[in-house]
Amino acid sequence: MSSQWLPVADIARDVQAQKLSAVDLVDIALKTIEDKKDYRAIITTTDERARSRAAEIDGTVKAGKNAGRLAGVPFIAKDNFLVFGAETTAASNILRGFNAPYQSTAIEKLEAEGAICVAKANLDAFAHGASTENSDFFTTKNAHDKTRVPGGSSGGSATAVVLDMTPFALGTDTGGSIRQPASFSGCVGFKPTYGLVSRSGVVAMASSTDVIGPLTRSVEDAALILDVISGIDPLDATTIDRQESYIPTATDLKGKTVGVIKEYMSEGLEEGVRTVIESSIETLKKAGATIQEISIPSIDMALAVYYILCPAEVSSNLSRYDGQRYGYSDKEANDLEESYKKSRGHGFGKEAKRRIMIGTYVLSSGYYDAYYKKAQLVRTKLINEFNEAFGKVDYLIGPIAPTTAFKIGQNSNDPLQMYLCDVMTVAANIVGNPSICIPAGKSENLPVGLQVMSKQRTDKELLQISQAIEGLLV
Amino acid sequence: MADLKRDDIVKLAHLARLDLTEEEVKEFSGELSAILKYVEKLQNVDVDSLEPTNQVTGLTNVSRDDTIVDYGYSPKDLLSNVPNVKDDLIKVKRIIG
Repeated sequence: MSSQWLPVADIARDVQAQKLSAVDLVDIALKTIEDKKDYRAIITTTDERARSRAAEIDGTVKAGKNAGRLAGVPFIAKDNFLVFGAETTAASNILRGFNAPYQSTAIEKLEAEGAICVAKANLDAFAHGASTENSDFFTTKNAHDKTRVPGGSSGGSATAVVLDMTPFALGTDTGGSIRQPASFSGCVGFKPTYGLVSRSGVVAMASSTDVIGPLTRSVEDAALILDVISGIDPLDATTIDRQESYIPTATDLKGKTVGVIKEYMSEGLEEGVRTVIESSIETLKKAGATIQEISIPSIDMALAVYYILCPAEVSSNLSRYDGQRYGYSDKEANDLEESYKKSRGHGFGKEAKRRIMIGTYVLSSGYYDAYYKKAQLVRTKLINEFNEAFGKVDYLIGPIAPTTAFKIGQNSNDPLQMYLCDVMTVAANIVGNPSICIPAGKSENLPVGLQVMSKQRTDKELLQISQAIEGLLV
Repeated sequence: MADLKRDDIVKLAHLARLDLTEEEVKEFSGELSAILKYVEKLQNVDVDSLEPTNQVTGLTNVSRDDTIVDYGYSPKDLLSNVPNVKDDLIKVKRIIG
């Protein structure tokens, strides 16, 4: 796609060579954010801190020192990352006014390589949603059609990247929240293997599936960002060993076996989306890939598994918002219990409350076995079926979502309908394998994303093949 | 199976320490029942001889050295978001009536 931004690695190279100045780049990013503010992608900008960091980076370069692999590259963080220089709200009223006393590891790692956070992007409050309509503040608009949603929950990040505000943005993906907005908005969105990127300093949603990843203009950029932010972090005990490098080297499709997920291509898929995905499959075949149909029988159960495990973990993670230590606190309560109830009752939005209620129900002693434990068992079954599939093929492909971006308001009165938006993305979160959204074409002028997955801890291979596929599709 | 009545919603809200409006109680009764009805499709899945999955990393017993790391934050920094502070302590409403 055409852009005012060079590839991320080239920007950093030019800043280091003093052909570009970090101060100018930050100004361009902030001006673009201002010019495109009616899309409502951004909650706050971090102007002051961004400008002073840019001046520092230009100074480092002038002094003849190395300013890092992302020297002077501006980026936007979803507003559930703890960041200095602005509030962190997770787009929720209960966290309004919260100033993080420390930064998330992902942000620290990006800053250590010279990247500069310029703004915080809108999301569904606490990342609960598929459209940003659950933001307690406002709804972000789709970059291609202002009457439509950008997808979610990382909808602000997706709109920001597609509208060229910054070269990349960070998102989080618990059930599809990076990839589905990437598909609806038309950019690359990468969900790494579970555990590859530290979640320290990111507002927790469902801890057994939460991952952090980039939304970018290209696979190459996504790989570079992953290379910077991945790896074991003492502050997050769930982090896993990284591969040596995620920077793709040239590869092609010849001799690669690719499985098309049968269940994702069945009825329920919008015709325009089907056309784009089928034509992508044809392109891969022509490029030398061996295509075969793969059935993952329990994949139809993935969404039901997710909407038990996710609210259960949400109800646990959101119990820390008690109105006593940070966030909104009700002043009228007479005792502690009333203070909890009023602070949480008034502070949380409707979707957060809905998930806390479902989670509390499925974890309660009488229902634990029937819901929570059953979901954990079906999760095992799904993992086994994915392992079996990856024994037959190197990669799995399909659509990211059954539809293109829908109209604002279309699904907002039916929570179950909104949950169904995640139907093709949640499996990768439940299984823990990496998954990427690659822009594949358009249906009636709206973007359609191709999903490519590989087995756990093969993120490098997935990025590599994705770069080859991207070259064929655009 | 699940058909959440008004009393069930009120009880759950209490367990979750959520003050709900009467309107929310009414809405949630219908919505939560519909969501639970959807996820109940799992009841018919055969999971014989399978073990539940708690997490997918394969990591076990991740430990760290029991040493103090100085991150450079003062108690004032860490208490800066607390609604009610007294003598560097968090002050809450009365607990026993």
